[in-house]
Amino acid sequence: MIKTQNNKAWFLVLPVLVVVAFSAVLPLMTVVNYALNDTFGNNKFFWVGLEWFEEMVTSSRLHDALGRQILFSAIILTIQVPLGIYIALNMPKKGFWASFCLVLMSLPLLIPFNVVGTIWQIFGRVDIGLLGHTLGALGIDYNYTNDPFDAWMTVIVMDVWHWTSLVALLAYAGLQSIPQAYYQAAKIDQASRWAVFRYIELPKMQGVLLIAILLRFMDSFMIYTEPFVVTGGGPGNSTTFLSIDLVKMAIGQFDLGPAAAFSLMYFLVILLVSWVFFTVMTNLDRQESK
Amino acid sequence: MAQITLKNLAHSYYPNATKESDFALKQMDHVWKDGGAYALLGSSGCGKTTLLNIISGLLRPSQGRVLFGDRDVTDAETSERNIAQVFQFPVVYDTMTVRDNLAFPLRNRGMDPKYIAERVQAIAQMIGMEDRLSRKAQGLTADAKQKISLGRGMVREDVNAILFDEPLTVIDPHMKWELRTQLKKLHRDFGHTMIYVTHDQTEALTFADKVVVMYDGRVVQMGTPEELFETPAHTFVGYFIGSPGMNLFNAKIEGNRAHLQGASVSLGAAYGPLSGRTQIGIRPEYVTLSRGEGLPCRIRRVEDVGRHRLIRAEVAGQPISIVAPEGMEIGADLTHAAFAPGKINVYADDWRVTGGAA
Amino acid sequence: MALELHSVSRSVEGRVHIHPTTLTLQKGTMNVLLGPTLSGKTSLMRLMAGLDAPTTGRIHWDGKDVTGLRVQDRKVAMVYQQFINYPGLTVYENIASPLRIMGRDAKDIDKAVRETAEMMRLTPMLQRKPLELSGGQQQRCALARALVKGAGLVLLDEPLANLDYKLREELRIEIPRIFEASGAIFVYATTEPEEALLLGGNTAALHEGQVTQFGPTPQVYRQPADMTTARVFSDPPMNFLPCTKAGGQLALGEATAPATGSFAALADGRYTAGFRANHLTLERTSADAVPFRCTLGVTEITGSETFLHLRHGGDKWVGLVHGVHDLADGTEVTVWLDPAHVYFFDAEGRLAAAAAYARSDVKGAA
Repeated sequence: MIKTQNNKAWFLVLPVLVVVAFSAVLPLMTVVNYALNDTFGNNKFFWVGLEWFEEMVTSSRLHDALGRQILFSAIILTIQVPLGIYIALNMPKKGFWASFCLVLMSLPLLIPFNVVGTIWQIFGRVDIGLLGHTLGALGIDYNYTNDPFDAWMTVIVMDVWHWTSLVALLAYAGLQSIPQAYYQAAKIDQASRWAVFRYIELPKMQGVLLIAILLRFMDSFMIYTEPFVVTGGGPGNSTTFLSIDLVKMAIGQFDLGPAAAFSLMYFLVILLVSWVFFTVMTNLDRQESK
Repeated sequence: MAQITLKNLAHSYYPNATKESDFALKQMDHVWKDGGAYALLGSSGCGKTTLLNIISGLLRPSQGRVLFGDRDVTDAETSERNIAQVFQFPVVYDTMTVRDNLAFPLRNRGMDPKYIAERVQAIAQMIGMEDRLSRKAQGLTADAKQKISLGRGMVREDVNAILFDEPLTVIDPHMKWELRTQLKKLHRDFGHTMIYVTHDQTEALTFADKVVVMYDGRVVQMGTPEELFETPAHTFVGYFIGSPGMNLFNAKIEGNRAHLQGASVSLGAAYGPLSGRTQIGIRPEYVTLSRGEGLPCRIRRVEDVGRHRLIRAEVAGQPISIVAPEGMEIGADLTHAAFAPGKINVYADDWRVTGGAA
Repeated sequence: MALELHSVSRSVEGRVHIHPTTLTLQKGTMNVLLGPTLSGKTSLMRLMAGLDAPTTGRIHWDGKDVTGLRVQDRKVAMVYQQFINYPGLTVYENIASPLRIMGRDAKDIDKAVRETAEMMRLTPMLQRKPLELSGGQQQRCALARALVKGAGLVLLDEPLANLDYKLREELRIEIPRIFEASGAIFVYATTEPEEALLLGGNTAALHEGQVTQFGPTPQVYRQPADMTTARVFSDPPMNFLPCTKAGGQLALGEATAPATGSFAALADGRYTAGFRANHLTLERTSADAVPFRCTLGVTEITGSETFLHLRHGGDKWVGLVHGVHDLADGTEVTVWLDPAHVYFFDAEGRLAAAAAYARSDVKGAA
């Protein structure tokens, strides 16, 4: 839209641009620098071109981490989105219990990531953790420190516990905006519960669900703190996701060059996937309204 | 299809209502005939939507029963009442095509696909959307969507009643004409019982055989458009029906004459002694400007409304509206206003009184 | 002292919202923008207010070019279809708010607020919150807020559309009175011909982003420049009938009438005759009237009048006749039309000859 121009607006945006330049663009350039050079300390750099990138692209270690990462995000989305919608559909619509549920649902979102990790790390321990101990007492052989499956289960359940609320709250907001007349019309049309969901609730929630899926994808794809606190990436490498691997490489092994190349590619992948995802969803929307 | 009986019906939104003013809907007894076209007319807050919600089953009345035919449906769910409803704003299933929208109520009832296809085609033709049947409903204009809502309301042939809740609010004036006549035609063709809620007198009068005028939670008159126009039972009906509404004057009634401030007019009937506040009412259409006949009148303002002129004047110290024909010269020599005696109604404490032979 | 639009147009993403429009709105006039939904009424108002910049053309206010000027820097007030007030403030504070922003001193504000409230009949409600008021009162509060700052241009975008029929009727009578007291330029958008007529002043008929005619309201109503204007300015819609003129005779459907008066000057050829619903009658009312055999569709009774939905050959007509006529569907009826009430439009849809009655009428009023 062509609005009446107002150049003052640019002055207001300027401080943000400066801050972003210092906090994001400059560090990013440092990373680019590391990715294209090799160093043996003393701030001496040797130009290596795209060598680190080649190494990383062909590295099986990275492939494995990427595979685990995709699997993790896929599982997270397939559990959290339907579960969040289901919870939203069953939340009370008004009155005291509606507010109560809202507060209850937002509690996990308020807890810092490392605290969530610590809670589950202790909760799942076989010796003193309520969960671990109970499962053991029930005769289930559960130990996330030496069984990869148990470790995955723990990390996934923890993430579901932590983040399903977000999907539920967004879906709930979408549901609240549906006028009562739609439900009444559906009753009159004798629509089944499923039809009400499929033809009224889901289309009306589409916008917020898109945002929820996007947020959950990005967050889960970049997950670091919680699994690191709980499993430290183990047992073995079974829960070593991309960012954990990255940190191991950069800080643990001090392979700054490959780590920098790795992080740049990681960044681009997330950007690309989010962009593709967003365009596809908005295009779907536009086609429908044509 | 069924006759609708409202027995001893009243509703209050307060749990323990005792005072009359607590009731949004005051006690009423009505029988609405099978196949009738009824309009519930009144300003916002008069209780018409409350009454509609009770009939549709959205609201359970705090007192009384609702009967469809012989069946007591007071406690029945909306879906069990076998009714159709069209809302104020279009309610369509956005992701479905126009065809699926129209077919939806029939498919949910497990009708024969061949019958559904025929019926959808017939309805689409009626609402003028045959060419857009395969389109998604999303992105259509508001009036196209509202046509789909109307179509979905009509698609079932066996409904007990079709309820309309101010369905033409979002429709352009030109389109209103088309949809209103279509509704009317549908009523003639299929004979459904129709109940149409509106604040718009033109919509109510042109649509309905019987108009139910509501005021302050009460039905003040139920009658044909002609009855409401000629003999409003309550001063509110006189004011609410007609544009502008009926002129009312405080007057003392003696036999077949009414005495206004410093003047008197003859009435079409004779009245016995009346108590309370007495008034006479005359429609602007039945007042004529004249050179000497009638009451002295001072013209304040002349408005050209196209097909007629609206004269704002003063008679016996009170404002009066007069409707004059298009193109009539309003000269300074028109100093009087004559009331057609047979068209004057007499009111005592706002309710109409019938007179005897003059 | 006027608002002038000089070939102002607006396109968005290649789609034309407003065709080049030249309009002069004089100080102290009521101007109605009449047109159906999406005809460009709101777009045109946004251009006038400076909420949108025109794609081409210039806008002058009091002779000064204000084309690029922001809305905040112009003296403009706008009232919308929705009742927009500050819900947390009392009616008094709502009305006072534009003056507080301007930084007027308290005494001036108090005086202005009380005067405006009195004019809008809001004095008894000054201490209430907007949501405690009826719809009509809420809209009056919004109107008062628009008027209090003494804006030279007041834009009203279908302000009565969300009100009950009777409230609308009352405010329609009040608005011309308020307008006369304010002395500002009023621009009032509506979809309803009747509203335009009641407001009087000037009317601009709009259709698909084009102003088809602008002039004094009764003149636009009685002498529409083309078929589009006539259609926009008729409720019920105008009736049309193809006709020909040859050798001093007008062939109106199956009837003929002598081409007298201004019709005599028409060149021989094909025309479209147009006439309004209220000019059809069930009885012969004048010696010149011509009959039409029609099939009756639905009849609608308003209490004192009856709408007849007629089919004449392939044309759909509407008649509005006095009295109550409850006739069955499909009845054959004869309706009468006085040729003095007929407009002739040429092949391009432009007015070729106005109805005889309208010409004398406009002259009489002038």
